[in-house]
Amino acid sequence: MRGPQSQPQPPGQSGPAGADAPQSPRVPARLVACPDCDLLHKLTPHEPATLLCSRCGAVLHRHKPDSVARSLALTLTALILFVLSNSFPFLAIKSGGLVQETTLLTGIRELWKQELQGLSCLVLFTCVLVPLVQMIGLLYILAPLQWGRRPALHAARVFRLVQEVAPWGMMEVFMIGILVALVKLGHMATIVPGVSVFSFGVLIFVMAGAYSSLDAPLLWDRLDLRR
Amino acid sequence: MNVRPSTARQLGLVNCHDCHLLVDADQARTHARCPRCGARLHLRKPNSLARTWALVWAAIVLIVPANVLPITVTITLGAKQADTIMSGVIYFMQTGSWEIAVVIFVASIFVPFAKLSILIFLLLSVRFRSAWRPKDRTTLYRLTELVGRWSMVDIYVVTILVALVKLGAVAAIEAGPAAVYFAAVVVLTMFAAESFDPRLMWDVVEEDV
Repeated sequence: MRGPQSQPQPPGQSGPAGADAPQSPRVPARLVACPDCDLLHKLTPHEPATLLCSRCGAVLHRHKPDSVARSLALTLTALILFVLSNSFPFLAIKSGGLVQETTLLTGIRELWKQELQGLSCLVLFTCVLVPLVQMIGLLYILAPLQWGRRPALHAARVFRLVQEVAPWGMMEVFMIGILVALVKLGHMATIVPGVSVFSFGVLIFVMAGAYSSLDAPLLWDRLDLRR
Repeated sequence: MNVRPSTARQLGLVNCHDCHLLVDADQARTHARCPRCGARLHLRKPNSLARTWALVWAAIVLIVPANVLPITVTITLGAKQADTIMSGVIYFMQTGSWEIAVVIFVASIFVPFAKLSILIFLLLSVRFRSAWRPKDRTTLYRLTELVGRWSMVDIYVVTILVALVKLGAVAAIEAGPAAVYFAAVVVLTMFAAESFDPRLMWDVVEEDV
């Protein structure tokens, strides 16, 4: 704990940082416990292979090359696509002389007006707020690491938040919802998919990429400010 | 691994739920927060079984109105038609879009019921200190955690339809009461899966050996 070795990692260095820093007096370095069954494993740093728990099969470590740069690039892309997706209508419906267009946000407002406040909040939370928190949070953590600065203020806490809200970001599920609605309404009226459908479609893949190129153990090491 | 495998608990270590730092259990007692990420430290998720049971029971109660009451009400030229989740699936099958019917059936009917059954099975297996295939049970748990979010599809379809179809007297779609119940089921089962601690299954196996 109080050892002088656990300084934050010098910036710009790749590989599992702080690998030799003791975690606590009685804990040998690089020992990890399986999150699903609690079995202890010894982790060799710079291991290029994927390490599975020998008892329950959970993924303990997966090698991710260029993790910080890749996640950062994908998160920036995602943020741009997110702004596009929310600026344009995702569906327009034509029936008789009437044309009805909906963006994600006007849809949420419409639900609220129809006395469905609960559902309106749920959609706002899972499709707008959570993804926004994820993206801004990741930028906040990754940018200083990428450009060789010290980790941002409270970065560890932000990373914790980003990981905790992740299961509630459901943009990809919403995308499937759009497709189903498209088919369903196709029987009733003419449906025109908007710009937003396409940017949304790309966004979910970019976002999945950003998350899967994230090397959480490496980030935790680099965000570790204990001394 | 050439040494006899042991768990973090046996060595008196606490695995941080959020950043997976191993912390000395004595230190964890005095600090109660992870020195690296600030999360609360627990040897196991607190009151895991009681919380999961409570959430599962609440979901079981709500899944009934979610499936019996109408989820959408379609008004076309003055004629009202109420649809439940299942009648929506049947409608898609009859109109020939059976792919969509499968998606809705799996996401809205199969997954919630399967998820609840699996959680109940896992809870009972810990309750009766079962030693049956802990590895497979852990895989089942990971599956429920992974798949739960996809049940939200129907909620999104309803919200899109409601927001989009309001063509005055010609056609309008309103959300039925089941939409709220169903959304509650999805959220509750997600919380239930999150509050269950799979390590309890392994603890029981180790203690009984």
